[in-house]
Parts: sequence; C-alpha cells; structure tokens
Amino acid sequence: MKARHLATFGPLIALLVACAFFASQSARFLTPDNFSLIAQQVMVVGVLAIGQTLIILTAGIDLSCGMLMALGSVLMTTMATRHGVSPVSAIVLGLGATTLAGIVNGLLVTRIKLPPFIVTLGTMNIAFALTQILSRSQSVTEVPPLLTALGNTVQVGGTRIAFGSLAMVLLYGAAWWLLRETAGGRHIYAVGNNREAARLSGINTERVLLSVYAMAGLLYGVASLLAVARTGVGDPQAGQTENLDTVTAVVLGGTSLFGGRGVILGSLIGALIVGVFRNGLTLMGVPSVYQILVTGVLVILAVATDQWSRRAS
Amino acid sequence: MITTQPVPTLKTTLALALLFTVPLAACSKRADEAPIIGIVTKTETNPFFVKMQEGAEQAAAANGVTLLTGGGRSDGDNAGQVAAIENQIAAGAKVILISPSDAKAIVPTITRVREGGVLVIALDSPTDPMEATDGFFGTDNYRAGELIGAYAKARLGEKVPKVVTIDLIPGHPTGAQRHNGFLKGMGLATNERTSNENASPSEVVCMGNSIGDQAKAQTVMENCLQSDPTVNVVYAINEPSAAGAYNALRKAGRDKDVLLVTVDGGCRGVADVAEGHFAATAQQYPLRMAELGVQAAMEFFKSGRKPSGFVDTGVALVAGEPVAGVKSLSAGEAASRCWGTK
Repeated sequence: MKARHLATFGPLIALLVACAFFASQSARFLTPDNFSLIAQQVMVVGVLAIGQTLIILTAGIDLSCGMLMALGSVLMTTMATRHGVSPVSAIVLGLGATTLAGIVNGLLVTRIKLPPFIVTLGTMNIAFALTQILSRSQSVTEVPPLLTALGNTVQVGGTRIAFGSLAMVLLYGAAWWLLRETAGGRHIYAVGNNREAARLSGINTERVLLSVYAMAGLLYGVASLLAVARTGVGDPQAGQTENLDTVTAVVLGGTSLFGGRGVILGSLIGALIVGVFRNGLTLMGVPSVYQILVTGVLVILAVATDQWSRRAS
Repeated sequence: MITTQPVPTLKTTLALALLFTVPLAACSKRADEAPIIGIVTKTETNPFFVKMQEGAEQAAAANGVTLLTGGGRSDGDNAGQVAAIENQIAAGAKVILISPSDAKAIVPTITRVREGGVLVIALDSPTDPMEATDGFFGTDNYRAGELIGAYAKARLGEKVPKVVTIDLIPGHPTGAQRHNGFLKGMGLATNERTSNENASPSEVVCMGNSIGDQAKAQTVMENCLQSDPTVNVVYAINEPSAAGAYNALRKAGRDKDVLLVTVDGGCRGVADVAEGHFAATAQQYPLRMAELGVQAAMEFFKSGRKPSGFVDTGVALVAGEPVAGVKSLSAGEAASRCWGTK
C-alpha cells in the first residue's frame, strides 16, 4: 500500500483489527446488539466531530463544541418544560442558538482576526456560564417525548438501531457529499491548505470560514438533541470533555491538525475506535484507567502515522 | 504569509475596560464594617454545593455577616480552590469554610492562612490529615456507603452478589470512601476508610468511572451489562450517575431485577427512590453543614473560640422498601429534608 493511502485507510484498518482482536477475546463483542450499543454511545461525540472536522480542515480548532452542546440541550429542555414553549419550537430555538454561537465564533475569527483557539476558549467559558445560569445548575427532567425521540429504536435485521445513530450516519454522508462534490467543499480544503493562496485565486475566504463555523454550530445543536435523547434530561454538567474527545476522534481518523488534509468519514471511524476500545476493554474486564492509557497511545500513533505518510509522499 | 494585526483604538480599549469593570463594580457593593466569611466549594455548579452555598448565604444574612463565595472549576481542581481562598483572604475574610477537592494538596495553603489567624473549617469532606483544619462538619462518606451496602445485602438475601460499581475518578478520597464503605456494608472484602483506592473483591464483576456525569455512567452500565449480564447489584457514586445507570438498566429491561443503590439524597434522587428507580440512597445534609459552619464562625467573631474535631452532620438511609433490621427513612420523609429543586 502506498504511504498516502495509509492516512486514508489506516484508521479503517485499525478499527477492523481492533474489532477482530476483541471478537477473539469475548464472545459477546461480535453481536448486533453490542454494535448497536457502541453506535449509541458514540453518536453525540460523532456528530460533534463532524463540526470539529470541518473547522480543523480550515486549520482552525473549536474548544467550545462540548459546552455549546450542553447549552443547546439545556436551552431546549428548559424552554419545553419551564417556559411552555412547544417541543418543536424548543428544538428550533436550541438549533438556532448553537448556530448563532457558531456564527459568533466565525465572525470573531474572520472579522477581528483572532486565532480560533483563543476565540473558542472564550466562547467555551461563556457557553458554560450561560448553561449554568439558564438551568440554575440543575438537570432538567420530565422532557417531552419529542425531545427524546432520536433515542427510540427501530428494528433493523436482527437488532434495534437508535434513530440517533442513523441520524449520525446520514449527517456523515451529507458532509462527505458536501466536501467531495461541491465547489464550497473544495474551497474548505483550499482555505485550510493555504488561506492566502485561496484568497488570491478568487475564493471568498471569509465567507467560507463563516459558513464552516455556522454549519458546525448547527451540528452542535443536533448533538444537543442527541444528548437529550440519550440521557432523557438536559444536563448542565455535560460536555466538559467533549472538545478534546472530538479532537481525539478527528486525529484518529487521519485528519491533519494543520488543515487542508483529511477525510470526513475518518472522524466517524475515529469516534468508533474510541467506542470500540472502551466497550471491548470493559468486556475483557480491563480497569478503566488502562482504557484511558490506551486512548492516549492510539492518538500518538495516529499522528505519528500521519506525519510519516506526509514525509513519504 | 504576512498578516496585519489591527491596532486597537483608544475608543475600543476604553469600551472593553468599561465592559469588564461595570459588573465588577456592581458586585463589590457591600457593607464595609460587617465581618466577612468565605465559603469555597468543590465546584459552584454541582447542585449539592449550590445548596450548600445557599445555606451559608441564608445563615450569613440572618447573622448580619458578609459571605464571599468561590470554588474550583471542576471536582479535583485544587489550584482553583487555592486561588479562591487567597482572593477571599485578600478581601478581608477572617473565616474560611471549605470543601476540599484534593484533601492533601490543599493542606499547605490552609496551614498558611491559619498561621495568619484565620479560622478554617472543612465542610462535607475532611482534609488529610483532618487536623489541618480547625474543625470538620460533614458526612461520613464511608458510613454512607456502609448504609446502602447493608441495605443491598439484606435485600439480596441468599443470592450470590454480582456487583457493578460506577465510581468517580481513580484516586478520589470521597469516591473511595463511599465505594469501600459500600463493600463493607455488603460484607465483602474491602479497604479501610483511609484508603484512596477502590477495592475490587471477586464479587465485583465490573467497575467503571463516570466522573459523576450521567451520560458517562450510562455508557459504563451498558458496557458492564454486556460484559456480565448476571449482575444483581449496582452501586453508583452519586445520583446523576445512578440516573445514567437506571437508563441503561431500563433499556435492557433489567430495571426490575437489579438493585440500584447510590449516595446524595437530593430531591431528584429521593423522587427516583419513590418511583422505584433506585432501591436506596444515603441522604446527606449540605444545608446543615453550611449552617453549622456559619454558627461556628459567629462564635469565633464573638469570643474567639474555635470548634474542634469532627462534627457528623448525619447521613440517613432512604429506601423504597424497608427491610427488617435495617433502619431507613421512607421517600416521603426524606423528601421533606432533601436538597436541590423539588
């Protein structure tokens, strides 16, 4: 296999090898029900990681995604339970709020020319505080069924798949199509590769960046809804580790943190690798401390592979 | 690539300066002559500590003293607590009430401020060693664990225990005390109360960490059910974790035949006991901790007398179905004393 293919297919091979290994260690691993479970466990981080991938492709990074997800889920649930807003309007409000937050991130990056790391560090703190104020730091319970509908399951073959897992796969498909088949998608790569060159070749780089941050915000809103569906509550304590969890998924998927290089489906595979290891090591009875250790080793391996394939090509 | 950084004009600089100082100025209005107490909690967002701060605020208002609040960013954030203490002392606080996030790491800071004549009382969990503070008002977490463990053992009867524990994070004193106390109550091999390590006797079939987060606890429970479906007892570090575990059990159709026990006694958790989601919880009294702390501070302002040693603010077993030989409160009785939003 050529080195440049390694970055594309490496994550998939790693996932398959991990699955084969865990299947050999535990009879319960290779069952449709277990895979359905892993798909539910990674759906929130998986959808957040789509937004994170788009931003990293433009050579940015988003530290605010987890807190924006918590803000969205608390906003949706408080509106629907305490302020008499209809469930549909509450969902629209939540999606609107996280999209707006994404636009604010994008404006600060493009107009005031602040580094994305700093901007999203700021908005991360703002989102966390707003989440606490809005919910008075209490989980919002008794949410209407529409807000948890994505947690419901549908019979597919021999197992039941959550609608949320299907939504995640569909969103990955849409993002893959956008990046591969549209001019806008190619502009995202161009801006990430070399912003100045992209600008000189006539691409409106500010508009590209702004739409990427706005899209990411909308995706975080979808993740908010998925988080509510999974836990059945609006949890103000959620989202505290998701920013780095998504970066982990993106990096494991072979997307370069320097921007301009990467495959969106890699991030889905990256999220699945983390989920498969967490599930598989639990089935083997490995203590959770070692699960954290393994994740760290995998990240370093993934980046090292990326660097090596760069040099080789 | 050359980029030009826009130079901030005088106007924007002034505007920004104003933006940051206006809220601060609004916060700093207070009576100058009233004595000052500072309360530093593990976090300012966990409902348990929100309740504790509220209790301290009510008691301070009733006694006409000023209360400053602070806390770490997350459970285990020692640096955040150190900064909060320093800022409160700088603001003139003569008494500090603190729930240490890191029992050992906070000790040098506490020793330093006590040498400066400040009274320091630990609330909810002690420092290590406990003598590093002037007093400790809190729950005996090991005892809380023992209560729910003894209850689970009585409910199991003759059945061989197959236990899942959903813990906090590795090495956390509160987490270890509850976990090991629970195993002690179950009558299983365990560690002593001073240990920060979670014991894992052979009856514990699966362990995982939730960091107290509901979604993470749900993932742990799902994976543990996959690894050993024969589980019949689940211990969860706190009520949000128990809620996550319950979700996983319900989805797997196991909520009726698995005993789920936890610690906190918040209003939400007590309601979960009433609805039969949790078999039992151990109720703590954060309001009482804060009230006693403020009372001790008032005594110190009046007479200079300091409290000493451990004052147990109590912990009570709350169970949906009482068992002979294990004393417990009903969910109804516990609801009148619970903390958090009703």
